[in-house]
Amino acid sequence: MKFSHAIIEKNATLLLVLSFIAVSIGGIVEIAPLFYLQNTIEKVEGVRPYTPLELAGRGIYIREGCYTCHSQMIRPFRDEVERYGHYSLAAESMYDHPFQWGSKRTGPDLARVGGKYSDEWHVQHLTAPRSVVPESVMPGYPFLAQTPVRSDDIADHLRANIRVGVPYTDAMVASALADMKAQANPDDKNADALLARYPGAVIRDFDGDPGQLSEMDAVVAYLQMLGTLVDFNAYNDEANRR
Amino acid sequence: MGAAFFYVIMGLAATFAVIVASLTHDPNFAIHAWIVVLAALVAIVAGLNTFDPEGKPKPVKGKYLDGVVQAGVIATMFWGLAGFLVGVVIALQLTFPALNLDTAYTNFGRLRPLHTSAVVFAFGGNALIATSFYVVQRTTGARLALGNTAWFVFWGYQLFIVLAATGYLLGITQSKEYAEPEWYVDLWLTVVWVAYLAVFLGTLFRRKEPHIYVANWFYLSFIVTIAMLHVVNNLSMPVSLLGAKSYSLFSGVQDALTQWWYGHNAVGFFLTAGFLGMMYYFVPKQAGRPIYSYRLSIIHFWALIFLYIWAGPHHLHYTALPDWAQTLGMVFSIMLWMPSWGGMINGLMTLSGAWDKLRTDPVLRMMVMAIAFYGMSTFEGPMMSIKSVNSLSHYTDWTIGHVHSGALGWVGMISFGAVYFLAPKLWDRQGLYSARLVNWHFWLATIGIVLYAASMWVSGIMQGLMWRAYDSLGFLQYSFAETVAAMHPFYLIRACGGGLYLLGALVMAYNIARTIMGHQRREVPMGFAAPAVQGA
Amino acid sequence: MDYHQFRHFADSWGLVYLLVVFLAAVAFLFRPGAKSGYDRAARIPFDEE
Repeated sequence: MKFSHAIIEKNATLLLVLSFIAVSIGGIVEIAPLFYLQNTIEKVEGVRPYTPLELAGRGIYIREGCYTCHSQMIRPFRDEVERYGHYSLAAESMYDHPFQWGSKRTGPDLARVGGKYSDEWHVQHLTAPRSVVPESVMPGYPFLAQTPVRSDDIADHLRANIRVGVPYTDAMVASALADMKAQANPDDKNADALLARYPGAVIRDFDGDPGQLSEMDAVVAYLQMLGTLVDFNAYNDEANRR
Repeated sequence: MGAAFFYVIMGLAATFAVIVASLTHDPNFAIHAWIVVLAALVAIVAGLNTFDPEGKPKPVKGKYLDGVVQAGVIATMFWGLAGFLVGVVIALQLTFPALNLDTAYTNFGRLRPLHTSAVVFAFGGNALIATSFYVVQRTTGARLALGNTAWFVFWGYQLFIVLAATGYLLGITQSKEYAEPEWYVDLWLTVVWVAYLAVFLGTLFRRKEPHIYVANWFYLSFIVTIAMLHVVNNLSMPVSLLGAKSYSLFSGVQDALTQWWYGHNAVGFFLTAGFLGMMYYFVPKQAGRPIYSYRLSIIHFWALIFLYIWAGPHHLHYTALPDWAQTLGMVFSIMLWMPSWGGMINGLMTLSGAWDKLRTDPVLRMMVMAIAFYGMSTFEGPMMSIKSVNSLSHYTDWTIGHVHSGALGWVGMISFGAVYFLAPKLWDRQGLYSARLVNWHFWLATIGIVLYAASMWVSGIMQGLMWRAYDSLGFLQYSFAETVAAMHPFYLIRACGGGLYLLGALVMAYNIARTIMGHQRREVPMGFAAPAVQGA
Repeated sequence: MDYHQFRHFADSWGLVYLLVVFLAAVAFLFRPGAKSGYDRAARIPFDEE
């Protein structure tokens, strides 16, 4: 009697173990190689970690759920390349924790929106989308310009990124707050140092309000750098085919 | 002893949460800490109300622990209504953008995860937990294991839902679709889920019946796989232990595939395997005949769980994910068609020889419609995973239509059927308050789904074709804004479809409430014409 | 073993292996004399209320 009960117990355990094995195989075979296959991420010039202000803007982009309507992944089709620009590379999101490729285009792709519109356009569009695009169904975000961006813990954000593998240096962490302020103020004495740390960073008063470092500053700084880092003149399409 | 332990734990939890709330610099995190304090206090007050000073061991009522199933049925109904309502709201926001109100707490971007989590995890999750507790007891002849742990699973899960939902409104999200809650909510869900696994497995260990019925296989694989997916996909580094924000352990392409390995199998194991467990118990019960082929159900099980886990990369066709992974995802997605249809045939053929019951039993009709939608969406899914089809459908509303034919049609209808079956049994009533109201629900829901799916097919394909249209000079024919404007009528039709589905669920809630109250509507039984006015 | 060798193996022997496992599982389920056991299992939901 005892013996048969033991076998029964084993069967439930066996069922558990066998189904776990069955569901493990697919994930292991598909995901694990991405971490060690050399050609998963293309070799490119120019990709750098986000500046503190861009990182804060990215946090707001995530917080407001922008990814629910905007992709950041241009597929290699004629119409997409003509509409949005060069197709997206894996290398362009190598420092994205988490990725923002998206799954739906209720609005257009944003992978290369950087530099396409002026700061003023972005501010107006984010505040009242239909005042610049009458057909738009996007919500308005007027509160961004009125809300100061949280900056006291920005160095902690850089540190957390270091722990997951983003190559921020100690100097970047030490000057995170100064860099954040400098990026929205072209007259800031730290502007040159910021540029040296983050090549290609755009330094402007993004929201047009020098009085405060707003969430609008951060979001526009993030949008204006999207897709602008890779030097496609130096990119070898053939060598990176996989 | 047990009671004292409970108060100590709750007291410690409340104290700990108060300390966290006072230390944190993150106002949203503080709100969550206060919610935890409130939950612990409510638990203490509720415990005191049922406190028995003499400490006599209470007699165990009944053979089975069904109170938690009753609670689960009510929670399913409640969260279902909430989730459908938010769905209709965001559908209307896309139709009339002024409804966003342009405040942080009401914008589409925050309400959309509220909708998806409410329907998938709150409505679907409660339906799964409740039915799995019911089915495992009835098919093993054993009471739920580990005493009141099942109640911890139930209330712990509701706390998870409340933290997730309030978090979305506050802007706490890690932006991984269907896995938006932040690190501390993920940790809490892990604790609850392990307890769930322990109760379910423990009950299987105590069974009197040597064979483990196949419905339990599906439930068990759902619990185990969700545990694996949840833990791996949510690995992340908090910025501070006193703040909500964290950064995902993975980045870019690896993060994308991990997310869609999770995301697709949230569909595969949460919304499919778990609900197939439901089908394999409740359809035979409602039809009064055993499953068409038990052996087919075993093949269905192993083939389904083995193949499903590979299908994730079809969410990333033509992206920066390496081609080999995309190809694997496509091949396994197409293969998945076969076990899916094997399961559909098994469910439908259970009625072979008893099709006449569909005329008189609207609950059975609902279940059969669910299986039909399962078949439809598991045909559509593999088709959309073919790369050339996906190049058109991806990023469009076709995907949304596909998801909803599965969610509203399969998941919703089979859950409604199970709840209609359970309510009279759990509250010991003769039958439902009204079969005719079930019939109303059936038609409201069915017409709602048809409006939804059809409008999204048309608009999705139209959108995809407009994006790639060229004029005679070789320029892109439409600006993006023009494609948005073209969507408007279809968004309106979709919102109407969702509204009908919500209306049907309201009819159901009324019917179930009256059933629980023990009422029975005097009505002509289904399948008979209303009595004609008597002639002289 | 590089990717191409692995891919070749998966496309040939891997495929054969999975097919054999599948056929073996089906053959096992439909082995003679097993029917009554499965018919019995299918009736478990009707054993008690």
